[in-house]
Amino acid sequence: MPNKHTLLGTAVGLGLAVGLASAASAEQITIATVNNADMITMQELAPAWEEATGNTIDWVVLEENVLRQRTTTDIATGGGSFDIMFIGAYETPIWGAEGWLTPLNDFADDADYDLEDVFQLVRNGLSANGNLYALPLYSETSFTFYRTDIFEAAGIEVPDEQITYTQFAEMAAAAHDPENGIYGTCQRGKAGWGENMAFVGTVANAFGADWFDMDWNPQLDSPEWNAAVNYYVDLMKASGPPGASANGHNENRALFKDGKCATWVDATSAAGDVRNPDTSSVADTTDFFKAPMQVTNKGTGWFWSWALAIPASSKKVDTAKDFLKWATSKEYFEMVGESKGWVAVPSGTRKSVEEDPRRLAAAPFANTIVDAILSVDPADPTRDPVPYTGVQFVAIPEFQGIGNYVGQQVAAALAGQMSVEQALANSQQFAVREMTKAGYIK
Amino acid sequence: MATKASRSSARLMISPAVILLLGWMIIPLGMTIYFSFLRYNLLQPGATPFAGWENYYWFFTDPSFSAAMLNTLVLVGGVLTITTVGGICFALLLDRPMFGQGIIRIMVIAPFFVMPTVSGLIWKNMFMNPVNGIFGQIAAGLGLQPIDFFGQIPMASVIFIVAWMWLPFATLILLTALQSLDQEQLEAAEMDGASWVNRFWFIMLPHMARAITVVILIQTIFLLSIFAEILVTTNGGPGVATTNLTYLIYVSSLLQFDVGIGSAGGVVAIILANIVAFFLMRMIGKNLDA
Amino acid sequence: MARAVSNGKKIANTAIAGTVGFLMFFPILWILILSFKTEEDAIRAPLEILFSSGWTMDSFAAVQARSDYFKHFMNSVTISVGSTFLGLLIAIPAAWAMAFVPAKRTKDVLMWMLSTKMLPPVGVLIPIYLIFRDFGLLDTRIGLTFVLMMINLPIIIWMLYTYFKEIPGEILEAARMDGASLREEVIYVLTPMAIPGMASTVLLNIILAWNEAFWTLNLTAAKAAPLTAFIASYSSPEGLFYAKLSAASIMAIAPILIMGWFSQKQLVRGLTFGAVK
Repeated sequence: MPNKHTLLGTAVGLGLAVGLASAASAEQITIATVNNADMITMQELAPAWEEATGNTIDWVVLEENVLRQRTTTDIATGGGSFDIMFIGAYETPIWGAEGWLTPLNDFADDADYDLEDVFQLVRNGLSANGNLYALPLYSETSFTFYRTDIFEAAGIEVPDEQITYTQFAEMAAAAHDPENGIYGTCQRGKAGWGENMAFVGTVANAFGADWFDMDWNPQLDSPEWNAAVNYYVDLMKASGPPGASANGHNENRALFKDGKCATWVDATSAAGDVRNPDTSSVADTTDFFKAPMQVTNKGTGWFWSWALAIPASSKKVDTAKDFLKWATSKEYFEMVGESKGWVAVPSGTRKSVEEDPRRLAAAPFANTIVDAILSVDPADPTRDPVPYTGVQFVAIPEFQGIGNYVGQQVAAALAGQMSVEQALANSQQFAVREMTKAGYIK
Repeated sequence: MATKASRSSARLMISPAVILLLGWMIIPLGMTIYFSFLRYNLLQPGATPFAGWENYYWFFTDPSFSAAMLNTLVLVGGVLTITTVGGICFALLLDRPMFGQGIIRIMVIAPFFVMPTVSGLIWKNMFMNPVNGIFGQIAAGLGLQPIDFFGQIPMASVIFIVAWMWLPFATLILLTALQSLDQEQLEAAEMDGASWVNRFWFIMLPHMARAITVVILIQTIFLLSIFAEILVTTNGGPGVATTNLTYLIYVSSLLQFDVGIGSAGGVVAIILANIVAFFLMRMIGKNLDA
Repeated sequence: MARAVSNGKKIANTAIAGTVGFLMFFPILWILILSFKTEEDAIRAPLEILFSSGWTMDSFAAVQARSDYFKHFMNSVTISVGSTFLGLLIAIPAAWAMAFVPAKRTKDVLMWMLSTKMLPPVGVLIPIYLIFRDFGLLDTRIGLTFVLMMINLPIIIWMLYTYFKEIPGEILEAARMDGASLREEVIYVLTPMAIPGMASTVLLNIILAWNEAFWTLNLTAAKAAPLTAFIASYSSPEGLFYAKLSAASIMAIAPILIMGWFSQKQLVRGLTFGAVK
C-alpha cells in the first residue's frame, strides 16, 4: 500500500516538476506555521509560488506552543485541517513511525531538487524506518553569542578552545553591569521542553548527567543533575537579567539584539538575524564561540531543525508536495538571499547554499555554524551510555510531558519559588510516574 | 393559574433548549467519562484498552493536583474579593454627581470588552515585563529594583489581570442596583442624622445584596475555567504556582495528549463545578425568590 | 429629586472618578499609542515615547501583511452575531415558558442549565474535536457558531427569564382576555416590553462570543478563524514586537469596544440579571 502511494506520488510529483499538471486545477492549501522570522519570510515570498502555479495558500501563523498543540491534536485525530505543517526534529521521527506523515522519498528522484545536497545528518534526523518524512527550512545547534565590544571593555579574553561552564560563569560575572543595562548573560528561563530545557539539557549533558539509564530509569535526582541545575540557577542569579524565568528564545533574542546581554548560549539559527544590520543593533559587535563544556564535551550543543511535513490526512498531497519542494529548493534560498540579504538565509540545510560565495561574503560565520551542526551526534549525546537518541530531548512520545514538567520545576527554582533539590526531587518523582504509566518501568 | 393547554405548550417551548443543552452536556460528557476509563494517549495510537480507575488514580496522585485545587480557590476567591469590594467602591463613586459621567463610565467599563488573550499579553509585555514594561521602567527611573511580576508574585499578578477585566462587570451591575435605590429613603435617613457609614451599611448595602450575589454567581461560573490569561502569561508556572484545575487538565490532555487522564480530570472538574454550582444556586435561588 | 450639589463637590468627585477611570482605561490607551510607533520607539521610556517620537502606520501594515484582518474580522462578526441570534431563537420560548408557566421544577431546570456552563472546555476538547471531524465541521463557521451558541445559551436563557419575570402578569392576562393567541401574545405584547432586556442580552452575548478564545482557536485553521486566532501569532515575541502586538490588539478589540461604547446605555439598562427590583 505505501508503495503504491509512493509510486503515484512520484509520477505526479515529476509531472508537477516539469509543469504539466500545474494548470490542471488550482487548489488551496492550508499551512500551519510558527511565528519565527524565517517562516515569516517564507510567507512573504510565497506569492511567487502562488503566481507560478495558480494555487493559493491559507496561512495559519501561531506561536510555537500553540502551534504544537494545534498540529498534534489535528494529526493524531486525523482532523485533516492542514496540508502542510511546520514540525521539529522531535516530532518528525515519532509521527513518521506512526504513519501520520506522507513519506517524501520520491524527492530523491528529482535531479533539479538535488536531495543529496541537504545535509545527511539533518535528513537522518527527519527520517524514521528509512523513510524521509520532512524537509528542513533550517537546522541549528547551539553556540555562544558574545559581544566583542563588551568583552574588550571588560578585558575578557576571547577563547579559541571550548571553555568550561565554570570559566563561562567567570566571564559573565566580569561583563555583568546592570547599572548600565548590560547583563552578563541571557539564557532561557521560560518553562518548556523546547525552551529552558533545551539549554539546561545541554548544561546537564556537559555536567555528565543524563535523562535515563540503560533501563529507562529516570536520573533526574542524580548528583550530576543537581550540579548542573545549581550551576544554571547560580549563573542566572549572579549575572542574568531580571525576570529571567519568563524569557524564552525569542525574548532573549530581543534582549540580545537590543544590546542588553554580553553573552547568550543559544541557537545558531539566530546568528543571521543578530548579525543583520537591518534588524539588530549589535550586528557589528557580535561574534561566536563554542557552547561551553564541563566534565564532558558530549552533547554540549543541541540539535534541532524546523521542517515542513505533509500530514497523511491531507487531501491535497500533490499540491502540498509541490509547495514543499519549492520552499526548500535551492531557488528558494537564492530568493531569500537576493531579497532579504544573504546574511538572513536560513542556515544549516543545504551544502550548496552554505558554500555559495555570496553567503560566505555576507555571513563569514557560516562555516562555524555548519561545522558546529555537523559535529553534533544525537545518537551519542551523553557521557554515560543511554538508551535514547536526541541531545536536548529524548525521542520518545512521553518526553514532551516529562520535559515540560521538569522545565516548570527548574523555572520555579530559578524564580526562587523552591530549592534546586526540591525541584529535581519533584521532577524525578514525576518522571518515574510517567515512565511507570507508559510501561517502561515495570 | 396556568391552564393545561398553556402548560403543554410551555413544555413544547422549553424543549428545544433543554434537548440541545442536554445533548451538549451528555454527548461530550458521555465521551469524556468513557475516555476516562481507557488507556488512551493520542501520541500512542493503537489499542485503547480498558483501564479501570487507573486514570483517576494518576490524576489524584498527580503532584500538581492539590496545588491546582488550592490555586483555583485562591484565584477565584481573590478575583471575587477584589471585584466585589472594588465594584462597590466604584459604583458608589460613579453614583455621585459629577461632570462628564458618561465619559468616565465608558473608561471604567472598557476593560470588559478586551479579549482575555489580549489583556494577558498587554499586561505581560507592556506593563509587567521587568526590563521594557512600564512598571519596570518606572522602577528603574526611581533607582529601584524592578519587580519580576511573573517570577516573584505570579499568582497575585494573574489575579490582578483577571480582576482588571471583571471589575467593570461588577461595577456595572452594582451601579445599576445602586441607581434603583429610592433617593427619598436616603434623604430621610440623612435628615434623621444617620451618618454616611450608617446609610451605607443599613440602606445601600442591603439594597445591593441581590446584585452582589448575582455578581458572585456569574463571575464564579467564568472564573472557575479561567485559562487564556494563564496560558499567555505564566503557562501555569513558575513550577505550579499558577496552575489551576483547568490548566492542569490542559496539561494532561493537550500537552501530554493523555486523553484518558485528561478526561478523568475533566470528570473531576465537572463534579466539583457542580458542587460549587449547587451551593451557589441555593444562595442565589433563595435570593431570586424574594 | 436630587439635592443641589455644590460645584466644588462635583469637581472633587469628577477628579477622583476621572482618575480611577483613567487608570482603568490606561492600558488600552497605551497600546493605542504604541500601535502608532515604530518598534524601536515602542520600548523606550514612557515619557520619551509620549513626547519625543514620531507617529507611523507601519505596524498596522505589517500586521495586515501577515494575516488578512478583514477575513478574520468577518469571521468574528458572523460567529458572534450568528451564535447570539441563534441562541435567542431557542432561548426566547424557553425563557417565556419558565417565566409565565412556572412549574415546580422550573428553578431546578434553570440552575441545571447554568451549571452546564461550568463544563471545563479543555476537558471536552478531544471529544468535540472527534465529533467535529466526523461531521466535517472543523474550521467551519457553522460549527463554531453552534459551539458558541451552546456555551452562551444558559446565560441568554437566564437573562431573558429575569426580564420576562419582571413583566407584570396582569398585562398578559389582559391581552389574553382580549382574545390574543399565544403567538400574538409573545410577538405583540411581550416582545416590545422585553426589548431593553433583549438588547442587553444580545450585546453581552456578542461580547462574550467575540472574546471566546479557546474553542475559536482550537476548532479552526484558516477559513473560519476569527480575531482571537488573528492575535494568537503575536503571543510570543519575535525580536521587537511591542508595536506590532499593540496594533494587532487594537485591531482585534476595537470593533467590540466601539460597539460597547455606542450601546453602553442599552447594555447597562438590561444588565441586571434580575438583581434590581
